Amino acid sequence: MMHEFIPATDADRQAMLDAIGAASIEELFVGIPDEIKARFESLDLPALTELETRQQLQALASENANPDQYVSFMGGGLYDHDVPSAVGHMLMRQEFLTCYTPYQAELSQGTLTWMFEFQSMVCELTGMEVANSSMYDGASALAEALLMAERVTKKKRFAIAKSINPAHRQVLNTFQWAREYEFIEIPFDPQTGQLDRAAVKQAAQESLAGLIVQSPNFTGVIEELSGLKDMIGDAFLVVSANPMSLGLLAPPGQFGADIVVCEGQALGHAPNFGGPMLGMFATQKQYIRQMPGRLAGQTVDKEGKTGYVMTLQAREQHIRRAKATSNICTNQALLALGTTIYLSLIGKHGLRQQGELNAQKAHYLSRELNAAGIETKFNGPFLNEFVIQVSDPQATKEKLVSKGFLVLGADTLQLCGIDDGLLLTVTEKRTRAELDQLVSALKEA
Amino acid sequence: MSTIFEKSVPGRIGYRLPEADVPTEPIESLIPDALLRKEAPNLPESSQIEVVRHYTKLSKMNYGVEDGFYPLGSCTMKYNPKINEDMARLAGFADAHAWQGEELSQGSLHLMYDLGEMLRQTAGMDAITLQPAAGSQGEMVGMMLIRKALEKRGELGKRTKIILPDSAHGTNPASAMICGFEVMETKSNKNGKVDLEAFRANVDDTVAGFMLTNPNTLGLFEEDILEITQIIHDAGGYCYMDGANLNAILGHARPGDMGFDIVHYNLHKTFSTPHGGGGPGSGPVSVVAELAPYLPVPVAVKHDDGTYGLDFDRPDSIGKMQAFHGSFGMLIRAYTYIRMLGSDGLKSVSDHAVLHANYIKERLKDTFNLPYDETCMHEVVFSGRGAVEGAHMTDIAKRLLDYGIHPSSIYFPLIVPEAMMIEPTETVSKEELDEFIDALKAIVKEGKQDVNVLLEAPHTTPVRRLDDVKAAKELILRA
Repeated sequence: MMHEFIPATDADRQAMLDAIGAASIEELFVGIPDEIKARFESLDLPALTELETRQQLQALASENANPDQYVSFMGGGLYDHDVPSAVGHMLMRQEFLTCYTPYQAELSQGTLTWMFEFQSMVCELTGMEVANSSMYDGASALAEALLMAERVTKKKRFAIAKSINPAHRQVLNTFQWAREYEFIEIPFDPQTGQLDRAAVKQAAQESLAGLIVQSPNFTGVIEELSGLKDMIGDAFLVVSANPMSLGLLAPPGQFGADIVVCEGQALGHAPNFGGPMLGMFATQKQYIRQMPGRLAGQTVDKEGKTGYVMTLQAREQHIRRAKATSNICTNQALLALGTTIYLSLIGKHGLRQQGELNAQKAHYLSRELNAAGIETKFNGPFLNEFVIQVSDPQATKEKLVSKGFLVLGADTLQLCGIDDGLLLTVTEKRTRAELDQLVSALKEA
Repeated sequence: MSTIFEKSVPGRIGYRLPEADVPTEPIESLIPDALLRKEAPNLPESSQIEVVRHYTKLSKMNYGVEDGFYPLGSCTMKYNPKINEDMARLAGFADAHAWQGEELSQGSLHLMYDLGEMLRQTAGMDAITLQPAAGSQGEMVGMMLIRKALEKRGELGKRTKIILPDSAHGTNPASAMICGFEVMETKSNKNGKVDLEAFRANVDDTVAGFMLTNPNTLGLFEEDILEITQIIHDAGGYCYMDGANLNAILGHARPGDMGFDIVHYNLHKTFSTPHGGGGPGSGPVSVVAELAPYLPVPVAVKHDDGTYGLDFDRPDSIGKMQAFHGSFGMLIRAYTYIRMLGSDGLKSVSDHAVLHANYIKERLKDTFNLPYDETCMHEVVFSGRGAVEGAHMTDIAKRLLDYGIHPSSIYFPLIVPEAMMIEPTETVSKEELDEFIDALKAIVKEGKQDVNVLLEAPHTTPVRRLDDVKAAKELILRA
């Protein structure tokens, strides 16, 4: 039987078998021992047509919450921002979508050029000197930051803010175990929600490889990064930032960060149930040879024409094998391209407007909630996420869901040690009417 | 080609935001001035059409699977069905938040569970995680599983060695090293397979595990695999299979039946999710029952009442590898692909991948040196040594660009001098195969007449050969 993905006809098969001198395709599998073949059990799955497959997938997608029936106030590292149509359309161009890693530079100038642009934009946003062309997600980028700090400082002790995204913390915990790291947890101030600086000072006496901070942190509070680098000396200041905020907020590079990582999903990508995501990674030039990940560099061709190549590959696994700076092979190219296009569209001043619009809406919601007697848990500055104080967060959450509002479960904040709060996230997509409805719903809850 | 930065004109915009529909306050009254950015980041200023044209232009300087034959060995550059893209963008999937709760995520979880079962059974294993973001992260998970198992056995300090063949992918030793293991290479024999004698001598009671790609990176099935995995098991170690070459054995053989304890899949190779210029990938990992408790959290499960969920309650788990549940968008594409092929179709994939590779091997073995002359699986490795006096494999590859064909992988595996690794996949037609074969023959012929045609190649691409040394010396890494 023919299949639309496989062009060979009976005549083609026969012609190829004749050229090979084999009687059947089965004969070509002679290398597999009979004992192994005899154990084979088939999956026993029918082949569906495209029509049947589409119907099946549509049915599955409809088993999820219908996005038209809910208003989302969920964030916590995965955001519901507007994505300009041009982003998706450009990513569908097969020359971007289906090509491989740009090993053949002459036929990959499209990819190599946007990688160079992406690196430039990450540097601009973070205020850092060099950036790679992406990593798997914000959490694994953070883990790579720890590995890099260990390589440079030759130390294994890290001070980690308790207020970083708990899902990122869980990934770091995996590496803590595998690399035998010691973690010192830095609490947050119960009033402001900001890092407890006295605890940082104390931890700094312990000979650290690095201090890991997130800003805005998981509770939405913007950290005071100024002065932290001085407190920790030679240890690495690693900042995990929400890149959407970096048009409005001062870049971490300005405060002496040694590594800045971001989860880039907020810049041009749908939530996609949490993946694929986009890790961004930037550092200072002096550490470039210790940096993980792919890098595009500018050069010229033999006729003097400007072009781009992958460079400093001697750091990478396919050259250095066991001595590589990281085991990662590819990156999140297509998402990095989407973010490059998103940032080109929103432009130099648009990202700040985006930050301001998000902040205005979130602060309006917080004022309205306060006026309705619902307290915000922290008084530190925030951008578009904040925690409200509720006595039974899980019950409140469920009531909100029954009224058509989606908010994060209480369990995520509990991982940061907050068991009387709900995290609310407001993006530019939320209208004033929706914000007002949420206030009413919370008043009744 | 100029960058988008060079095309920037102050004042232009490519996207507008709505006016605030809420009462606003001065931004400095909401966020302290010291925390605000003083100077706008230097992002481009372009109108929408300029941005679209710029990236359309860039795309035309690339070569995709839809442009033509893409026989890049070890990467499985097969056709990426269009329906995959549409299914991944269904609003119910694309707009779902990872933390919206099991009740509101039944479709995603159902798909994850079913895909997991299909992949698990395809490899003949007992349990699976879909979380790893790519093959290399799958390898890291595999190494961590071994580490955890040894820890449970109280042998972590004693078993420190991961053995792998000299033909292994570079990610293998790098992944083992990050997880704290020492790496020992074992040599290949004259047939390009694991040398059993040397291998046996390398195995002792310090072995933690063994990593192997099977069929191996030469496209040859390791015929001694049952003995190899037995030797490792007898010594108390674990066997890891790099699943990069699964496209060769679907419907014919399962890693679980070969004695492997851990297998990773590359959904972007075998199961048709697009490569995207180098990601996103997806690298699920399946394991035997003994290692199942250690898989990363959460694991997609089916409850007794027929609903689906995420199991976080796994006290012996190595932990999380990704913030959320892996490359879900890629899982949708792979699921779509498997449903359209069914089990017979999957077998047909490998049938034709292997048929095509052997056809190329037969038709080119008089043109290039074939270091291992036996029936191959889904890819064939030639040596370019001596094909054209005065030219290297890279020159032949660059000349292929002028014929409008993407070159094969070159200089890998490392054990073949001047290697050229050709993987045609099942989705190529016989006419395209013949064109490719004729092109390579023509290149060798013209190279023998005038080697400079090869040394100067490519002649027709957007740029000519680029100066790698200058790039590494000057390190211009941003606009």
